[in-house]
Amino acid sequence: MTLTADVLVVGGGIQGCSAALQIAQRGFSVILLEKNGVGRHASGVNAGGVRRLLRDPAEIPLSVASMEMWLRIEDLVGADCGFKVSGQVAVAETEAEFATLRARAEMVASLGYAHEELIGRDELYRVVPALAPHCVGGLIARGDGFASPYHTTMAFGAAARRAGVRVFEEVRATGFARRAGVWHVDSSAGKVEAKFLVNTGGAWGATVAAMLGEPVPLEAIAPMMMVTAPVPPFVEPVVIGVGRKLSFKQAPNGSVLIGGGHRGVPDLAGETSSVDFRKLVISAQTVATLFPVMRDAQIVRTWSGIESRMPDDIPVLGPSSTEEGAFHAFGFSAHGFQMGPVTGAILAELVADGGSNFPLAPFRITRFRENASVAASGQ
Amino acid sequence: MFRRLEDARADISFSFEGREVTARPGDSVAAALLAAGLRSFRATPVSGAPRAPWCMMGACFDCLVEIDGVASRQACMTQVAPGMRVRRQRGAKALESDPAAETAA
Amino acid sequence: MTGAYDAVVIGAGPAGLAAATLLAERQARVVLVDEQPAPGGQIYRAVEGMTARQPELFEALGPDYAHGDELVTLFRTFGAEYRSQSTVWQISPADGSDAAHEVWLSRGGRSELLQARNVVVATGAMERPVPVPGWTLPGAMTAGAVQVMLKSAGVVPEGMVLAGSGPLLYLLAGQCLALGARITAVLDTTARANEQAALRHLPAALRGAGFGYLVKGLALKLRLRRAGVPIFRRVTDIALQGTSEVTDISFRSRGRPMWLSADLVALHEGVIPAQQITRSIGCVHDWDAVQHCFRACTDAWGNSSVDGVLVAGDGAGIGGARAAEHAGRIAAAEVLRRLGVADAAGRDALAAADLRGRAAHLAIRPFLDRLYAPPAAILRPADAVMVCRCEEVTAGAIRGVVQQGCLGPNQAKSFLRAGMGPCQGRMCGPVVSELIAEARGVGVEEVGYYRIRPPLKPITVGELAALDVSGA
Repeated sequence: MTLTADVLVVGGGIQGCSAALQIAQRGFSVILLEKNGVGRHASGVNAGGVRRLLRDPAEIPLSVASMEMWLRIEDLVGADCGFKVSGQVAVAETEAEFATLRARAEMVASLGYAHEELIGRDELYRVVPALAPHCVGGLIARGDGFASPYHTTMAFGAAARRAGVRVFEEVRATGFARRAGVWHVDSSAGKVEAKFLVNTGGAWGATVAAMLGEPVPLEAIAPMMMVTAPVPPFVEPVVIGVGRKLSFKQAPNGSVLIGGGHRGVPDLAGETSSVDFRKLVISAQTVATLFPVMRDAQIVRTWSGIESRMPDDIPVLGPSSTEEGAFHAFGFSAHGFQMGPVTGAILAELVADGGSNFPLAPFRITRFRENASVAASGQ
Repeated sequence: MFRRLEDARADISFSFEGREVTARPGDSVAAALLAAGLRSFRATPVSGAPRAPWCMMGACFDCLVEIDGVASRQACMTQVAPGMRVRRQRGAKALESDPAAETAA
Repeated sequence: MTGAYDAVVIGAGPAGLAAATLLAERQARVVLVDEQPAPGGQIYRAVEGMTARQPELFEALGPDYAHGDELVTLFRTFGAEYRSQSTVWQISPADGSDAAHEVWLSRGGRSELLQARNVVVATGAMERPVPVPGWTLPGAMTAGAVQVMLKSAGVVPEGMVLAGSGPLLYLLAGQCLALGARITAVLDTTARANEQAALRHLPAALRGAGFGYLVKGLALKLRLRRAGVPIFRRVTDIALQGTSEVTDISFRSRGRPMWLSADLVALHEGVIPAQQITRSIGCVHDWDAVQHCFRACTDAWGNSSVDGVLVAGDGAGIGGARAAEHAGRIAAAEVLRRLGVADAAGRDALAAADLRGRAAHLAIRPFLDRLYAPPAAILRPADAVMVCRCEEVTAGAIRGVVQQGCLGPNQAKSFLRAGMGPCQGRMCGPVVSELIAEARGVGVEEVGYYRIRPPLKPITVGELAALDVSGA
């Protein structure tokens, strides 16, 4: 049996749910296919950072716009998503790291943005008193914060359903063909016909792109997290490392979430991943060094989730280069959660208006082929 | 509630909330406290409800207490040592303040 | 210590002791790792040296318990390496060495890493959670917990009410009586339908070691009756009353409402395989509809679905202590084959007596499993009953999230934090799976179980930071 809709969204993470919601709000009929469950992979198990701080310059306009949407997230999805403005601060442990932050602050200011603020030692310890005494300064975005990733993704999924999106979980898209201006998509449950196709497949996004004839060098990764038993409140902002991989935050229930870059082992085919405790030892050492008070905190749980990264650590976001009526948004490289709201808005613009007001050129899917052809021409 | 058999000599002592409790060498902290008549071991972090050991084999984590300043120890899995200081666990574990961090602030 | 062990055996109950003993006897490099201070597991807890230390207690605990003394003596005789008070908190695949697995364990606040060619998981069983109203109150314990008090500390309950069903309930009552303890009452929840269902399996239960088990059971009940212990039958609707601790217990017996005053209630509805380790390794588990539990799938030799991981004893399905002991030796014989010490024929010869012995001790299981099948109200409690003791989540809340579209236990965990507390789902896991299956109208096997996230038991940030992973 064949289902029809104006738009088919493939992938039920935060990007897909946000896109489906905002496309439906523009008056289109939408079907969303998710091969597992909504929020099963990176969207549901990430650190929940809602961060503009230290973004790639290409991402800053999008991230800043997304933050405006986070501030009224309840209007968008009808739930608070556990969103809190706590500030996020990058901590320099050496003068050299502080110099890097200073250069960064100047660069961001020169682009006309004011959300990243360089702070000296005194202000750093005022903001994060529990920090070990050797740090020299930081870069803070006081308006950044965090949210509950699983609840947020589920809230986007629920809002999409309320907006009329037909969400099918445990249904896998298996083949794509465009005939006479209509997408004919095979799935494990049957056929779907739609005018527009939106690929928000996350770590599986490249698989979809390859089926459209535009392969990209996506790498599956498995970022890891650790969480401790609840401890009394002692740190307000999210703390991130500069010289070492760390993202550190205390949740409202008192437990501390430790993440920030050390990776486990992804199993893309098995659609699972496993933690690597050898690397979590390094994370624990970083935490024990930066926050000596944490040494007696108990690690109660660790996990990893499947995410993807592109070689330049920014996503593929924009129209397909090979097919009409197809759009991509994947490869967010372990920092896509905050971008969820704006990604949906951009995809809605692309579908409804045929273009976006955001500067999307840096995210074009063809960029890797251009580099490859430059390299091949002996450059 | 519980009674020691006569041949189970209780001849070492430790403290619970500052009070002296006697125990037999080899006793777990949980067994010694139950034998001494203790009912509530901790208050839960969610509602503050009183709890005591349920399984006595390390699975339920309802016997958590603070031992010698370290919170969230399983009383049923820890053997009593003379002079041990045991306290009731109240809600979330308290982090000890770190002198180094204070001088830095 | 560097280099890989031929086998790391986890758990020093009957299966683990028997496996480690046979492996040591055959000169394999084996280490037995266990959380308790002394060998024996829960069934033979503190048995070593008890004859000299507490002869009266040893006598009262009975001949089945005394058998553990022989098992421990044999284990000590062959001198397998033994690490007591050591908690395994993660098992992961080894990379780049001749070991298949890495076993991460903690002892006294320090962690270390062992390399293992084979891992024998002998972590046995845990008591089935008994979620009745008031089961979180101080004064409510499992029957096994009370028995641990008896064995390990020589502490006896006074005025206890025993409620539930299963062999342990009556065994514990008999042991307490032998020590002169007063028992307020036994509340037997065995339903008439269970007896009818079990009857068909009685002939088979008379075979092997079954007859002996039946005689022992009848003798225990007779002893209780002679001692004048009130036994209430066909008990339902158990609720523990009290605000800060148990003060009373109310129930129905044959439909009639009753209550008793009690400050200690021991609850028991049988035992289920401990799944935490086998789940975290990724072993395939299946649903045993007769025993109402998940169990690690194994072949006859104990091989799980993960190469180099064997499961021996109750973890692979409840069979009791003597069957577990045989299973331990059977798994050890298979490890010797895997190591190349024995060929298949050698293994078969080595294990022949134990294969027969295990079958004899399993003969009574179909009868017992049906007789003591847990009541539906325990498997799937009423809405108001607390299911997740750690995060204080009720059965009603679980049913509620299913209505919101939650398909399985892992989503329930994300929605409600059920299973995210310190016990890491050990207490609520079986109940949450049952509740979701009921609410969705599908089988428990389709709903599945929590994904188990390491560490299997909490370790501190400082302990992990201090772990030396270079030399392993």
